[in-house]
Amino acid sequence: MNNFSYPEKDALNRFIAARYRTAWLWQIVFLFALLFAVVSLSALILNVADGAFGYVAYEYKKDPAMISPRPLEELTVPELLAALKANLSAGAFAKLDNESPLAGRSRAELLGLVEERILLVKTLETYPLFRSLFQREQIAAEVKEKFPAARLEFRAWLNAAFITSPQSSRAEFAGVRTAILGSLWLVSIAILFALPVGVGAAIYLQEYSNRKSLLNRIIQTNINNLAGVPSIVYGMLGLAIFVRAWEVFTSGALFGVTDSNGRTILSAGLTMGILVLPLMIINAQEAIKAVPDSIRQAAFGVGATRWQTIWHHVLPGALPGILTGSILAVSRAIGETAPLIIVGASTFITFDPQSPFTKFTALPIQIYQWTSRAQGEFHAIAAAAILVLLIMLLSLNATAILLRNRFQKRM
Amino acid sequence: MLWRKSNFAPQQSDFAPQQSDFMNPNALRKKIRPAEGAVEALLFIVGVLTVFITISIVLTLGDQALLFFNDPAVTLAEFFGTTQWQPQAGQFGIWALVSATLTTSVVALLVAVPLGLAAALYLSEYASPRVRDILKPLLEVLAGIPTVVYGYFALLFVTPILRTLLGADRVGVYNMLSAGLVMGIMILPLISSMSEDALSAVPRSLREAAYAMGATRLEASVQVVLPAALSGVGAAVILGVSRAVGETMIVAIASGAGPNFSFNPLEAAETMTGHIARISGGDLPYGTLDYSSLFAIALMLFLVTLVLNLISQWFVAKFREQYE
Repeated sequence: MNNFSYPEKDALNRFIAARYRTAWLWQIVFLFALLFAVVSLSALILNVADGAFGYVAYEYKKDPAMISPRPLEELTVPELLAALKANLSAGAFAKLDNESPLAGRSRAELLGLVEERILLVKTLETYPLFRSLFQREQIAAEVKEKFPAARLEFRAWLNAAFITSPQSSRAEFAGVRTAILGSLWLVSIAILFALPVGVGAAIYLQEYSNRKSLLNRIIQTNINNLAGVPSIVYGMLGLAIFVRAWEVFTSGALFGVTDSNGRTILSAGLTMGILVLPLMIINAQEAIKAVPDSIRQAAFGVGATRWQTIWHHVLPGALPGILTGSILAVSRAIGETAPLIIVGASTFITFDPQSPFTKFTALPIQIYQWTSRAQGEFHAIAAAAILVLLIMLLSLNATAILLRNRFQKRM
Repeated sequence: MLWRKSNFAPQQSDFAPQQSDFMNPNALRKKIRPAEGAVEALLFIVGVLTVFITISIVLTLGDQALLFFNDPAVTLAEFFGTTQWQPQAGQFGIWALVSATLTTSVVALLVAVPLGLAAALYLSEYASPRVRDILKPLLEVLAGIPTVVYGYFALLFVTPILRTLLGADRVGVYNMLSAGLVMGIMILPLISSMSEDALSAVPRSLREAAYAMGATRLEASVQVVLPAALSGVGAAVILGVSRAVGETMIVAIASGAGPNFSFNPLEAAETMTGHIARISGGDLPYGTLDYSSLFAIALMLFLVTLVLNLISQWFVAKFREQYE
């Protein structure tokens, strides 16, 4: 009866060995896919760092010797002040003094002013970090050949002046102060809108409405869909509604502001708020879901009403989760660019935003603008601005992770 | 807090219901609390608000798109049937933009789907908990990087490499290949994390049955676990498509400005999103045909991603039904 014969022992062994070899091979392939992601991440970060630091060749249109025979770096604050006073027109000097008293400014700032206004510094060529580190002589030789009069200096484009100075049309003096303030305004408005609305909607969906009801299912599906709508569509919505239809409100005309149109921080902030709302709701729902039912039952058992139960027992338990969710929403809002372009972030703003009804610029907008320029020095400041943005995001996410860990321990 | 007043222990009578409560039946009746109702009403309004957001997206986009299609210069046949998009010349053939969207998305998916799936398989079937604890957060970091940063990366890192590899005469400074590749890297974490969730949700017993039959780990994961998780993986891929179609900043920076009907990834071309971003970036006068044409594109974008998202959700629901 038994006609089945096992394969010969060697053949069987070979067959099994071959299968295990394939298995092993593919395991390596899978691992490589994962490593590809890690390598891409490192390449991205190194690429940004590469652009944000490095040698820069520059020259002065005017001879520094006209200020002082000593090298610029050795000049003291009073000497720099005197140089500014002597070489600038009285009006220009008064204007600078008006912006912020010159006597109170730091030496580095004064030196920058002298270079910018009197010596008319001009960047000729920028070099990335890794070349600057490993091919120093080659760069020096190249600069000597191409620009005999140029000076070569190692420059960190990301420096204190970059963060504290306002925008400028010249890359050497441009900073991200206005952009950072704009981003902060924007995110604050977005969160002021999205946090209460998002948490409210999550409470309604989790605690009040019947989870099986049609309305609940519609709202839930709708939220999941909104989370997947391309951000640029939110931008179009913001343009049509906040910028145009509600212009009286968003331009501040209702509150007596006269000199602006609808393309304000408020419009952009509300657009951003709507954009992060689905994310906010989904995260808040998860947080509320994680509060054990026994807590609700205990509260109901001692006679608390539904709202008392939610306010005194559910929400405190869900708070860390909700906070984590809002931080994630903030980091999404900080990095979003497309809706801001549509809503009309201005790219050239040199004054700090003073109210929600002012024109504004934001960090990602600056990065986009500077990346789109052709000159190397603008790419360098784009890289520096990216570093600022990534550092902001990193600290936000670190806070979120810390919160999550504390939360997990307590529950 | 009666007992706070004195330092003595609370008296029994402090807790006991007042005599009058027993006399008055109303005291035992459920107290009417108007604030409770008000809170619920408020929360209801807030909950329904999200539906209004969707409705207002459809209405605003639809309203302007209708203006666009009602214009005598535009016909539906021209919009969907021709391949030239030149608003100044009155030519509105959406295919000039759709071709670039398709090309970049296909390139992105060719990168993201195989790599994302392989990464998910490794994380869920092979990696030790320790390795997973290190690698998963890294993928999350990749997912959290703003797209404008990816744009910088595409233009100033990937494009120069492509130009060196393939020849600067064949690859332009702006090209769809570089934008698509970087978009693939951007979508990869989405696909891998969603697929990994699906793979991890497959019951252990299936794997154990496969191992008991003598399957290798590869055979168990590819022939048993992966098919079992297919609808979850499908949901991930479809969401990836939707993300690729709607992505703006990478293509706006790296793939070029100016509509170009071409499926050659080495050429520069403008996607639907890239076109909206570039045109509305300037101060576009309201009420022009140019302005309303953007809304028509956005409406199409919204509808396409909506359908994709719905399919993806349906897949996920199907998958949940199977195993949860």
